[in-house]
Amino acid sequence: MPDRRRFLGFLTSGAVLAAMPMPGWPAVAGYQRLLVLVELKGGNDGLNTIVPFADPAYAALRPRLALERHSLLQLDERTGAHPQLAPLQAIWQQRELAIVQSVGYPDANLSHFRSIEIWDTASRSNQYLEEGWLGRTFAGKAPPASYAADGVAVGSADLGPLAGAHARTVAIANARQFQQLARTAQPRDGQGGGALQHLLKVEEDIAVAAQRLSSSYQFKTQFPDGAFGESVKAACQIVAGGTGVAAIRLSLNGFDTHQNQPAKHADLLRQLAEGLLALRSAMQELGRWNETLVMTYGEFGRRAKENQSNGTDHGTAAPQLVLGGRVAGGLFGEAPRLNQLDGNGNLPFAVDFRSLYATVLEDWWGMPSNTVLGGRFERLPLLRG
Amino acid sequence: MRNIFFLLFTLLGTVHAHAAPMGEADARHLLNRTGFGAPPAAVTEFSRLSREAAVERLLASARTTPTLQPPEQEFTSPAQIREIKQFSEEEKKAFQRSQFLKGAELRGWWLQEMLQTPSPLTERMTLFWHNHFVSSQQKVKSGRLMLEQNLLLRRHALGHFGELLHTVAKDPAMIIYLDAATNRKGQPNENFAREVMELFTLGEGNYSEQDIKEAARAFTGWSIDRETGKYRWRAAMHDAGEKTVLGNRGNFDGDAVLDLLLRQAATAEFISGKLWREFVSPAPDPAQVRQIARVFRSTGYDIRQALRALLLSEGFWSPRNRGVLVKSPVDLVVGSMRTLEIDVRDSLPLVFVTRNLGQDLMAPPNVKGWPGGNAWINASTLLARRQFIERLLRNDDASPQARRNGNAMAMQARRQEESNPRVAFGKGAGHLESAARQRLLQAANDIRFNSHRWLSHFDGEVAVANALLAVPAVSPVPPETQGMALVRALALDPSYQLK
Repeated sequence: MPDRRRFLGFLTSGAVLAAMPMPGWPAVAGYQRLLVLVELKGGNDGLNTIVPFADPAYAALRPRLALERHSLLQLDERTGAHPQLAPLQAIWQQRELAIVQSVGYPDANLSHFRSIEIWDTASRSNQYLEEGWLGRTFAGKAPPASYAADGVAVGSADLGPLAGAHARTVAIANARQFQQLARTAQPRDGQGGGALQHLLKVEEDIAVAAQRLSSSYQFKTQFPDGAFGESVKAACQIVAGGTGVAAIRLSLNGFDTHQNQPAKHADLLRQLAEGLLALRSAMQELGRWNETLVMTYGEFGRRAKENQSNGTDHGTAAPQLVLGGRVAGGLFGEAPRLNQLDGNGNLPFAVDFRSLYATVLEDWWGMPSNTVLGGRFERLPLLRG
Repeated sequence: MRNIFFLLFTLLGTVHAHAAPMGEADARHLLNRTGFGAPPAAVTEFSRLSREAAVERLLASARTTPTLQPPEQEFTSPAQIREIKQFSEEEKKAFQRSQFLKGAELRGWWLQEMLQTPSPLTERMTLFWHNHFVSSQQKVKSGRLMLEQNLLLRRHALGHFGELLHTVAKDPAMIIYLDAATNRKGQPNENFAREVMELFTLGEGNYSEQDIKEAARAFTGWSIDRETGKYRWRAAMHDAGEKTVLGNRGNFDGDAVLDLLLRQAATAEFISGKLWREFVSPAPDPAQVRQIARVFRSTGYDIRQALRALLLSEGFWSPRNRGVLVKSPVDLVVGSMRTLEIDVRDSLPLVFVTRNLGQDLMAPPNVKGWPGGNAWINASTLLARRQFIERLLRNDDASPQARRNGNAMAMQARRQEESNPRVAFGKGAGHLESAARQRLLQAANDIRFNSHRWLSHFDGEVAVANALLAVPAVSPVPPETQGMALVRALALDPSYQLK
């Protein structure tokens, strides 16, 4: 069967190629490098997060919501950050914070639920996939079996990008409480329908993770109060346990600011910035900051024009933050093009969100991205060589 | 002659097969799926009925009002809010605590209704609509408005979907939750218009962004009176201009748009599919759902008729669809109490248990509601479910010996709880002031399972297993396991999480 042999031969050479160091790729570290995803749930108002203050259209579209130029943290001659992001200033100055502007995807869907599904599964706008992009990544190339889990979602019940039938992922609210309770779990084998299968898998994952997650480390870092601060702390406890995890997903809720946005949004960004600063400090304490990559994401940004309720409706492209000890800081992507709004009054995107994922897969973990992402997406130079 | 006899025999046979008593397994299935749990007495009673008669009885006994008097709830007017802002820090804290307790009492009342109602189907449908026409007290911030919405949902729970849609759309809690009051002529807020199409009627993919924009204009003018919290029409805010929605053009107002949505075939299919996932299985059978949707639409959206078609469908009774649904936290908690004949006089602890398991009644996570199904089960919630069952089955009234053995553990747990109720009941329980905290602990202590009395209904281990599990246990119970140990082994088996 010549065809089959040729096919196998092709596979073999492909495998060899993949294993060979490729010119231009950074030294490959694999899963000893940690990815921390931070979901901004509800749709963060990107225009009031990273502000194009020099564009006259910004103030014109937002007579009530536009932030005053003098209050902003200036990033360059036309861009400023929301004042509540001040805790991130030190990271920005260290050039460990990359801000990728105008991240989105073609044919944006404005439904919270559908759009986050697109982000979580890295699908096209009209494509429906079952598993999260990290779930698929771990199914294709599994993290070491000695790890406590492939991925852990902290502070949220849904697994989002970590979901997948072949990934060892757990969602936990509180690491310490989890450990106390997990002693009752036991691995079982059994077969059955989808629901029973799911139950058995969760139970198995608990049993494995419980044995390996340690939470006794005492940090010098002070973690901020509140649910997000607690999640950051729990994530750091998991890393401190030292048995390994490839990805952690944190969530910050409440960005769906249809009305009375200013105070709510400011408070959310404050929580975000304080939490990220604590995360960096804790990882530095553990000597892991150079092996940590943090990235924000969320279903969409918000409408360029404010609504009548002192808020904003669902939008499209938004900036995302990427930080870590190996990050090459600065502004990436393109400033929001306020003069090119679509028929719904929404922004065009400049960077496909799957470019961020491709950068993580190829440049951070050193693995091919096209099978997981269903195509080639241009990587961004976010990491130092 | 012989032929006639044969024919008669066959006919009788057919009639007999339909009118035949359905037996305990089917009765349990029907009760678990249409209510919460399956109390042994009800199983016996329903087992003697045919499937058709049983479904008729359930539908006929549906209610439009609760049996229990709801607790007093408040609406805080802007003037009162101004007053509260003048409070000292101490007073503000006390006020917040009293609000928190009122919220817990509202949820406790509903759980108590679920436990005691003669029509669990009414409460299941009320809960179904609560998870469909979602509002959350987190945003609405008024117990009274949440209670009024709950009563509204119950009033229409098995009525007409069209009436329910029109009524709930103007319900004050909904108006606040989806920002309808801030949707004004010239400056629309799209929140309600989007969700009414995506989540309440058509389902995603059956409308365009332009339809949402136009519909939002039609919904302008719907508002509430900020002093009384009642619905109020504000003509000056309404955009009376021409709109084009789903290919129809006219000077539509909000009600006209809702009527347009009801005219779409997608609406009946969307709701029927959701009912299927609630009552039958996670994977709707397209042909059967279409059939149910046809009944639903042709009867003018009569929910009772749709339910009859659903509950008498082949899919509902199919052996393939037993044990394929994950119990919701409310199913698990209320269902366990009812199945195990545990008398609950004060539901306050159950409020915190269901909340800790991921289902804080009156506060679904977002406008799409609780996703349900496999999403109920993750590492945290599965462990918390097991903890709930262990606690429940530790409080055994039965044998003096069990009481002696159990007491040391119970005492220890209680000491832990007294110092920190949060340990036992999750976040939130810590917010209660000391009298309410005392009440919570007392009520939790009073929830006792009498294994001796309950086990006396059953003849042998197989019957006990059938009473508790919809599908066989994953870990077979060792032979000779009896009494409380048997109940515990079965209830802690993963299969107990399914119905």
